[in-house]
Amino acid sequence: MSEPRPPLLRDAPRLALLALAGVIMLMPYIWMVAASMKPLDEIFRASLSLWPERFFAIENYGKVFATIPVGRYLWNGLVVCGGILFFQLLFAVPAGYALAKLRFPGKDLVFGAVMLGLLVPPHVQALPLYVAFSQVGLLNSYTALIAPFTISVFAIFLFRQFFRSLPDDLIHAARLDGFSELAIVWRVVLPNAWPAATAFAIFSVVAHWNDLFWPLIVVNGTDYATPALGVLFFRSAEAGDDFGALMAAAVIMTAPLVIAFLLAQRRFVEGIATTGLKG
Amino acid sequence: MTEFTGHPPPGGIHIRAVEKRFGHTQVLRGVSLDIAAGEFVALVGPSGCGKTTLMRIVAGIEQADAGSVAIGDRDVTRLRPGDRDVAMVFQSYALYPHLTVAENIRVPLALRRLNAWQRLPLLGGWMPGAADEGHRMDQEVRRAAEALGLRALLDRRPAQLSGGQRQRVALARAIVRRPAAFLMDEPLSNLDASLRVQTRREIVDIHRQAGAATLYVTHDQSEALTMADRVAVMQDGELLQVATPEAIYADPADLRVATFIGSPRINTLPAEAGTDGMVRVGGHPVGLWGARPGPLTLAIRPEDLLPAATGLPARAEALEFLGESLLLHARHEATGAPLVLRLPPEMRPDLPPGGSAFALQFDTSRALLFGPEGHRVGASVLSGMHALV
Amino acid sequence: MALTRAARAPWGEAAAAWMLSAPAVLAYVLMLALPTLATVLLAFTDFELGATGFRWIGLDNFAEMLSDRGFGISLRNTLIYVGLVTPGSIAGALALALLIEAGLRGRTLFRAVFFLPVVSLTVAMAAAWQYLLHPTIGPLNAMLRLAGLGAPEWLSSSSTVLVSLAAIGIWENLGFNLVLFLAGLTAIPRELYAAAEVDGARSAWDRFRLVTWPMLGPTTLFVLTITMIRAVRVFDTVAVLTQGGPNKASQVLLYTMYEEGFTYFRLGYSAAVTLVFLAIVLAIMWLQTKLLDKRVHYV
Repeated sequence: MSEPRPPLLRDAPRLALLALAGVIMLMPYIWMVAASMKPLDEIFRASLSLWPERFFAIENYGKVFATIPVGRYLWNGLVVCGGILFFQLLFAVPAGYALAKLRFPGKDLVFGAVMLGLLVPPHVQALPLYVAFSQVGLLNSYTALIAPFTISVFAIFLFRQFFRSLPDDLIHAARLDGFSELAIVWRVVLPNAWPAATAFAIFSVVAHWNDLFWPLIVVNGTDYATPALGVLFFRSAEAGDDFGALMAAAVIMTAPLVIAFLLAQRRFVEGIATTGLKG
Repeated sequence: MTEFTGHPPPGGIHIRAVEKRFGHTQVLRGVSLDIAAGEFVALVGPSGCGKTTLMRIVAGIEQADAGSVAIGDRDVTRLRPGDRDVAMVFQSYALYPHLTVAENIRVPLALRRLNAWQRLPLLGGWMPGAADEGHRMDQEVRRAAEALGLRALLDRRPAQLSGGQRQRVALARAIVRRPAAFLMDEPLSNLDASLRVQTRREIVDIHRQAGAATLYVTHDQSEALTMADRVAVMQDGELLQVATPEAIYADPADLRVATFIGSPRINTLPAEAGTDGMVRVGGHPVGLWGARPGPLTLAIRPEDLLPAATGLPARAEALEFLGESLLLHARHEATGAPLVLRLPPEMRPDLPPGGSAFALQFDTSRALLFGPEGHRVGASVLSGMHALV
Repeated sequence: MALTRAARAPWGEAAAAWMLSAPAVLAYVLMLALPTLATVLLAFTDFELGATGFRWIGLDNFAEMLSDRGFGISLRNTLIYVGLVTPGSIAGALALALLIEAGLRGRTLFRAVFFLPVVSLTVAMAAAWQYLLHPTIGPLNAMLRLAGLGAPEWLSSSSTVLVSLAAIGIWENLGFNLVLFLAGLTAIPRELYAAAEVDGARSAWDRFRLVTWPMLGPTTLFVLTITMIRAVRVFDTVAVLTQGGPNKASQVLLYTMYEEGFTYFRLGYSAAVTLVFLAIVLAIMWLQTKLLDKRVHYV
């Protein structure tokens, strides 16, 4: 039984504080969009008006689309994040289930390795992996971008925790019904893994869409550049000259994930919260 | 349990015409109730009837839309819970998980007697007056803990206690302040059945020692009957009757009270008072006279019905053995109304087998009549007749 | 061979388990275990990319780190950054979470607003910050000039660059912590607040101290660990905005590691820096387990 809403007047101070904090939080976005629509001379004038005097958006965005392969970058982002997620789930879901529900020799060793892996940030593997890919001639490729992240110990840990909460009796009943172990995974476990999978998916996509470190190391040129790298290239190319176009590029590259978030807000927040609380 | 006496606080709880609605639902419709100092009143009713809401309004956790609440002679309607001099035992006990038993019991004292400076985490203990007050409070905590047999558990955390122990801690936290009023929200519902019987005696003992007015909310009518000085039966946001357990049981004012109190449920039969004033069930006169003509409900307790050679026609359906008694389930032939008879186990060989017809008799002086609105209706027992024709 | 069903069952289970885990185990060994081991070994060599051979030089890399002023600055900057971002983003997130949770209106809206930086492309937002903080054309300095206050050179001055980066870091991490605190707050049983009120807790501060803060213990510890680790891993903003400058004033551990490894190709030295980084992360997590045992979990 909840109390009725307090009158707007009493709620006002709280809302005002939150609104103030919110506006501060949104400042970069507001100015980013504003600048992306202004011509250079207006930007350099450093006026505080948000609305451009001369609407320059088409030119700025046009320049971005003309000079950098926006579609290519976004596509690369999609392929890399999608590929990483696919392999992460492919490896982690069965392994998580095995650790959660099956008995086998070496189980403790594997789980210990998983916990150990949680301690080591991915940057530690960067150097040798770079050398290895370089030797095999696989630098500057989707393989180099995707492969190192296919193993996500966090995902294995998460799914193990999730599967542990599945009732044992469900598995026993399936065995009694005559399912083989593999069939149980395919028909019983996977369909139930959906909530954990979506939560993790959101976490993984956000993390890898944002990654600059590894693409910066293994990618040369624009063919395989991810959106993050694309913005960096554009910025280096402009070197502080055309802020309008730079802001336009920033808007374009940020937009996909932001729009996805606004559409599926609850999923995002729940995903981060549940993976966070379990981790 | 050791004694825990104090000066019986003045007061009592006085609830006047309290109303409350949630959204479109009227949860309390003008409820009034007086509980004298030292009295134990059980507020009983089915789930959703509004009893917990009423209790929370008395505590101050919810605000009434209309009406007033007074503790003693103080009107507390507008006061915060902490200023009302009430203590509450919650259904889930609501113990602070991060504090030990002793610290839990100490909280109500510390919040009242120490000012903000004295309550600071580390420095508070050095504030002037804090140490002396702290000693006094520790003594009172110990006394409350002793009264509930908690001395050995003072350093444990709630997570390390059993359900029964947690409940005692909740009780100790309530009595340590010696408030003018106790509020208890279904405190026994989370305990095992065997623990419940023992604990309810202890609660009544604590209440007697503390001497305050107690409002006890429960959905279990047997708890209400065994523990209370008076029972208040509530349904759909209004009080149907407030009386001693005996009166509630034998002299209910409303059909709803009669059917709610008593296990197994009281038997109800559709009846009718004819123009001649005679009350009949399915055409049979039942030895009652004087009611206004019209439809009625006749209610009779299971222990007041007997199988006999003649009387109301019924058909036996099933027999349940309870140990100390038998329950014979039957059906009234004429109306199809279900019936339950409570009989001594020795009668088993003489009882009609399942499916066979038999006749019922009852002591007319113990029959209850209710009008079409559910209100109790009086009738005279036809002299000389204690049983049906 | 007549194996009974019972005898066959555990064998089938173990075989299935190994089959299910095999891909993960393989990937683990190839992409995690071996590379980590290689990094550890590399740290004790003088391997340089493109060089013909390399020698085992023992602790020489670490000795160089100790005497290298640049490394010292990098380490110090990283610790200052963590020391600024951690309390800032935690206190801010907690305060906002309490404000949001205190009422019913606008929860979804404000949660979305503050969470936006988490799903925004870090590099792109860094570019936006560069514009915002620009000394001459940036709106922030324009506002400050209007108010008559000075117009500091935020990212271009060695005295303010770390603070500016830390402010951006707080901005980036706030939303993440906010969501975690909100989850923690909603998990607190309402009846505890009712009990606190009846016990005499009058002010919001009383309720916070008696119920909210203790019950948030596990969440706070988790947020603390996560934030510190995320802060130590700072790289994107430095790479985009300052490249470690001006004059190494914003040099941080991971950027040093990146520079040494991929600009100067001194992989052995870079591996040694990586190990220091790893040691710090491990220390933070060890701290978490220590605190975990003692005071924070009551159930």
